[in-house]
Amino acid sequence: MTAGGRAAGHVAVRPPLILLLPALLGLAFLVLPLAGLLVRAPWSTLGTRLAEPQVLEALRLSLVTATLATVVCLLLGVPLAWVLARVPFPGARLVRALVTVPLVLPPVVGGVALLLVLGRRGLVGQWLDSAFGITLPFTTAGVVLAETFVAMPFLVISVEGALRAADPRYEEAAATLGAGRWTIFRRVTLPLVAPGIAAGAVLCWARALGEFGATITFAGNFPGRTQTMPLAVYLALETDPQAAIVLSLVLLAVSVLVLAALRDRWVNSP
Amino acid sequence: MPELRAVTATVAALALAAPVLAGCGDTGKATSGEGAGTLSVFAAASLTEPFTALARTFESTHPGVKVRFNFAGSSTLARQITQGAPVDVFAAASPATMRPVVDAGRVPGGRTAVFARNRLVIAVPKDGPARVRSLGDLAGPGLKVVLCARQVPCGAAAVKSLDAAGVRVRPVSQEQDVKAVLTKVRMGEADAGLVYRSDAGSAAAQVRGIEFPEAAKAINDYPIAALSEAPQPRLAADFVRLVQSGQGRAALTQAGFEAP
Repeated sequence: MTAGGRAAGHVAVRPPLILLLPALLGLAFLVLPLAGLLVRAPWSTLGTRLAEPQVLEALRLSLVTATLATVVCLLLGVPLAWVLARVPFPGARLVRALVTVPLVLPPVVGGVALLLVLGRRGLVGQWLDSAFGITLPFTTAGVVLAETFVAMPFLVISVEGALRAADPRYEEAAATLGAGRWTIFRRVTLPLVAPGIAAGAVLCWARALGEFGATITFAGNFPGRTQTMPLAVYLALETDPQAAIVLSLVLLAVSVLVLAALRDRWVNSP
Repeated sequence: MPELRAVTATVAALALAAPVLAGCGDTGKATSGEGAGTLSVFAAASLTEPFTALARTFESTHPGVKVRFNFAGSSTLARQITQGAPVDVFAAASPATMRPVVDAGRVPGGRTAVFARNRLVIAVPKDGPARVRSLGDLAGPGLKVVLCARQVPCGAAAVKSLDAAGVRVRPVSQEQDVKAVLTKVRMGEADAGLVYRSDAGSAAAQVRGIEFPEAAKAINDYPIAALSEAPQPRLAADFVRLVQSGQGRAALTQAGFEAP
């Protein structure tokens, strides 16, 4: 924060009530449901419930698939963000809008769309099946794809923002010194926007971890193979609400830990 | 059960808000005339087609009345009702999902009536390879079978019939409700699935339903009840009567249900 920012913060020590009240209500609305989980959690049996193989399996699968999805997002999303930020082309506005569509699309719709394209009878999927014998629905790879679809916009937006904010003079200087375009990207641009990439990756990972609709629609639900934590929570709710609370708590704890530890570090520091 | 309440409070609060608010708006303006108003019916998702048809009949015999449905999984609906949703009629897909509502004292005298039965069939894609003729074929190698998860009524029924037949099936997915199983078969992603006969009927264009004898071991009873604290008790009783009438039975049979 700059000195000017701090001076402004000084004035805001007494915020107008008209802002403070809705702000507090907003905070309460977001935090109270989470507090409800903590209050009603069956703490005495928490340990034994967490040690159940089904829970561990779902947690392991969630962590693995969210991480893989983040890797895929990095490999595809960083170049995509670079193109959007650095290469002027006709229809860029439309492409940028399309990239962010999964953010607002109901995840179930995303799952259906994935089925129509990558399903066994899908446009691309039937060719994958006949040529290579690969079918994606009902597989762990399908979970990763569903999570990637929903999470990638978070990465692209963060990285594109970072690229636009980065000073182009460093890249220009490197170019005048004779560096090739790939070298410039690798040695100058990437380090310059690394915090933005990291922030995007964290958000992307957290979103992938919580993904439900697209996953259950495209990959189905099978313990150990496609049943991630959110799916386990949903089904536990049908018969054993206490188990659902426990699973929700784990998911909440993991998400909050990661967001708090990494987001502060990467997003708030310049 | 406090835990149940806690979960519903957090998870179903938003889901509840919509129908409740909608209900408020409608009862507000529907004060004109005798018997007018909004009848709020919570019904199992599998009842969507016949109940929608019956609602049209009901509205034509009760001028000024609008029937408003909340179709969802029975246990979800039961949670919303025990949580205090202002509902007139509840039709569940199994006695087990009706029980919490009875236990919560929302059914006068605990009297529920079974108005329909449903049995499982094997659903296969119409244009798929005809490799499935009986329940035993589902255990075949390389066959992609989807079932309901055993936590939901159609999954419990599937387990029961498979056990009765002594068939061990390894499904590729355990879906969250019967419509999800139907979707996977409909789109050709699964080679076969176990769904209710009524569901197979609703997708007759893409799905073929194959009956099997072991389904008789797991027939699902559908109970209905007019609820206490119903905002429209007289309309509620009328609607329950309509469902149980010859007309109601005809609509249900047409949709693939059986008479109790």
